[in-house]
Amino acid sequence: MKPRIGVYICHCGANIAPTVDVESVREFAEGLDSVVVARDYKFMCSEPGQNMIKEDAENFQLDRVVVAACSPQMHEATFRRVCEEAGINRYLFQQANIREHCSWVTHDSEQATRKAKALVAAAARRVARQESLEVREVGVTPAALIVGGGIAGIQAALDIAEAGYKVYLVEREPSIGGHMIQLDKTFPTLDCSACILTPKMAQAGSHPNIELMTYSEVVDVSGYVGNFQVKIRKKPRYVDESKCTGCGICQEKCPWTADNEFDVGLGKRKAIYTPFAQAVPNVPVIDTEHCVYFQKGTCRACQKFCEAEAIDFEQSEELVEVEVGAIVLTTGYETFDPSIIYQYGYKRLDNVITALEFERLCNAAGPTGGRITLNGGAEPERVAIIHCVGSRDRNHHEYCSKVCCMYSMKFAHLVREKTGAKVHEFYTDLRSSGKGYEEFYNRILNEGVIFVRSRPPEVFSENGILVVQCEDTLADCQRRVPVDMVILSTALQPRSDAGEVARLFGISRSADGFFLEKHPKLAPVATMTDGIFVAGCAQGPKDIPDTVAQASAAAAAVLSMISKGKIEVEAATSVVDQELCSGCKTCISLCPYNAISFLEDREVAEINDVLCKGCGVCVAACPAGAITGRHFTDKQILAEIEGLLADVKPPLVAV
Amino acid sequence: MKQYSYFPGCSLKSTAVAYDQSVRAISASLGMELIELKDWNCCGSTAYSSIDKLESIAIPCRNLALAEERGLDLVTPCTACYRNFEKVDSHLKLYPFLKPKLDKVLAAAGLEYHGKVKVRHLVDVLLNDVGVEAIVSKAVNSFHGLKVAIYYGCLLVRPRATFDDPENPHSLDGLLESLGAQVVPFPAKGRCCGGSLVISNVDLALGLIQRILDSAHSNEAECIVTVCPLCQLSLDAYQGMVNNKFGTHYKLPILFLSQLLGTALGMEHKDLGFEKSIVSSEKVLARHLQEGKR
Repeated sequence: MKPRIGVYICHCGANIAPTVDVESVREFAEGLDSVVVARDYKFMCSEPGQNMIKEDAENFQLDRVVVAACSPQMHEATFRRVCEEAGINRYLFQQANIREHCSWVTHDSEQATRKAKALVAAAARRVARQESLEVREVGVTPAALIVGGGIAGIQAALDIAEAGYKVYLVEREPSIGGHMIQLDKTFPTLDCSACILTPKMAQAGSHPNIELMTYSEVVDVSGYVGNFQVKIRKKPRYVDESKCTGCGICQEKCPWTADNEFDVGLGKRKAIYTPFAQAVPNVPVIDTEHCVYFQKGTCRACQKFCEAEAIDFEQSEELVEVEVGAIVLTTGYETFDPSIIYQYGYKRLDNVITALEFERLCNAAGPTGGRITLNGGAEPERVAIIHCVGSRDRNHHEYCSKVCCMYSMKFAHLVREKTGAKVHEFYTDLRSSGKGYEEFYNRILNEGVIFVRSRPPEVFSENGILVVQCEDTLADCQRRVPVDMVILSTALQPRSDAGEVARLFGISRSADGFFLEKHPKLAPVATMTDGIFVAGCAQGPKDIPDTVAQASAAAAAVLSMISKGKIEVEAATSVVDQELCSGCKTCISLCPYNAISFLEDREVAEINDVLCKGCGVCVAACPAGAITGRHFTDKQILAEIEGLLADVKPPLVAV
Repeated sequence: MKQYSYFPGCSLKSTAVAYDQSVRAISASLGMELIELKDWNCCGSTAYSSIDKLESIAIPCRNLALAEERGLDLVTPCTACYRNFEKVDSHLKLYPFLKPKLDKVLAAAGLEYHGKVKVRHLVDVLLNDVGVEAIVSKAVNSFHGLKVAIYYGCLLVRPRATFDDPENPHSLDGLLESLGAQVVPFPAKGRCCGGSLVISNVDLALGLIQRILDSAHSNEAECIVTVCPLCQLSLDAYQGMVNNKFGTHYKLPILFLSQLLGTALGMEHKDLGFEKSIVSSEKVLARHLQEGKR
């Protein structure tokens, strides 16, 4: 039976019609083989446009549809749905891109119209050879994995758990809390960071649907959207979580100390420790590098004093396997190490500190009890804050770290409030867009902070005093500003192992090194790998409000997927003709999705429909030509090429 | 023996004769054949660039045109000459309208320039052509912990980055350490010495010089090593004036890198122009070289 094709040419308002002569394309389409109806319309994606296709399908008994409009990236899903509603299989639809590939790239109307005709001819010729494919559904494991227990991970975990689904929250450090728990105050409201975060941490720690796995790391991910198998390595704490009461006697009695990572090395902690007082879980870990028992075999002070008998020196690493339907990566960021900017003197000059060090210095639970002090204990009388250290710098990170202007102004406020010191802010541009942010800037201005528009080239020590050398670009003069303390507002950067994490989960990174979202505007929490989502600073620098919003968005995306219970799997997959397969296994090693297995008994390859993404690598590689890509068969592709070249030379004989 | 066109520059013929002398002295044993560019002229220095763009390019470019005829890399030990030559190509790129004018000027002298000369600073050639290993292998003396502040100056690595980090130059550290010296931290190593400012505004220049001497002194340097004739002059000849003005007691010998290398290679001090320095380095060097003999 001859196919019955309907062809629809979209004007796309002023996007296509002024460049492409849509009426002449429509007339041309009417003359194509098997085309029973062709129309042009202002907006094919609109309700009336969609209805036009549905009515024609009924009146003309259409069995195939071509829409010449925008890119299929944009509206293929829309028109496939319209076809299904009209009783036409979605794989009997073809979209010709006469916008991005045609009208948008030229002003030459004649050429554009000619190309549009070629694209329509190609689509019509191809669609006549397309075949119906059955879309299949698979079940979804109703659980989610969250990787990274900072504010993003905590928020996403709570949202999903509250909706009634199981969540595994994996955190590398001994406690959840991330960077936010290290911060002193939060801009622009100046509420205490720990005070607003600890209730959420406690909630995540005790939620019946959340299984907290701290001091743990994901080591392997397999499976596919809806059905991931994840292997998690639980590092030994040497403290039995089920027995420990969190009384803290072990930390009190431990005689050995090490630099406190939580205070960025400013203070000391014990060899058995919880990173901070409100840690969740409130179970310490033993740092074997600094524990004398592990180094020399004696001591055991913690064990002697532990009434709960929770200390277990024999504990070993554990490998746990979980099954989840979706994964959210909230692995956060690292701060830029400014010691490579030699001219700022970090680690070379006394009292040149980083932003995170200042947060700890300022914090009441920090190493100085919240007193802002210089080396030696005196309070500073003059403080300089240098913005954009490592950000907006082609030598380091080209991007703006987004939060530094705001936290720098928060620092200025805290310094003024606690010490009354004179504060100079050296900024490149001041960026304070956000709710209440510009108002905060005005407040800081009124507090007497001095803003200097300059990117200081150097900080040096002169007669024991720090001097910030700068060019004040508003006053057009050179300045030398003597200060007691310099705070470097360091950039947020991708974690040093972001590349390995991306490979582990099969996602991509953008040029700046952060995880790449599927679409910067319209799919900001999805990734190119179905079922894997990103949120927080792992995707790019952002502040706490944005992080929380993005984490909730990721949770919503996860919920809408796992709550359906089923997901559709792409039907355009590859299939092996086992009669032709010689069993060479070439395809197996090439498949990026591990979708091909080898049937030992029959010595042929077989493709798992659910795992296959239809990328076509195996199709191209098979030396026997035994693999066919459904929806991309040789016949279909050759027909498309013939259609495209139809006006170049006389039509070829149909294949 | 690799051949180079050698451009000493005006300073090396006057205030920095010791630099010229010592560079020539070490060149042969380090496998460099320096062939002095015939009929060279002043590089234009800083004077022309503030007055006339075309002239400031045409003057150094005459030397480049002469070097291009020879077809060898053009080596200069003078940092200012080096920058002026390097500036020719970068300015022609930035201001292409100058090229036809420049061609006309050169044509009047019967010359042409096609931008094919590779301009090298002596430091670049020593490190990247001769190499640290080759130099060390030929050394007969070690400096036995001589504390040196390596003064790169402001022009060697700026404004355009070439062979070293413009913010934190450090390319020579390894070489001097391999020769037994101890390279001290020296935050002022890329600062300006005042250059010719000492003629027009002596107070300002002495302040700049003092900052450099102080930085070296407070880091316990026993001497400063330089690779620029003007830097050496500023720090050496004006050290007494600095002491008078600021009440300091600096007595820092200011050596050319080539003098120090020559010493390591076992050459006689008189062949390296040591007697031309104002602050004597005799005692400091003798002390450390002696230690080796013990």
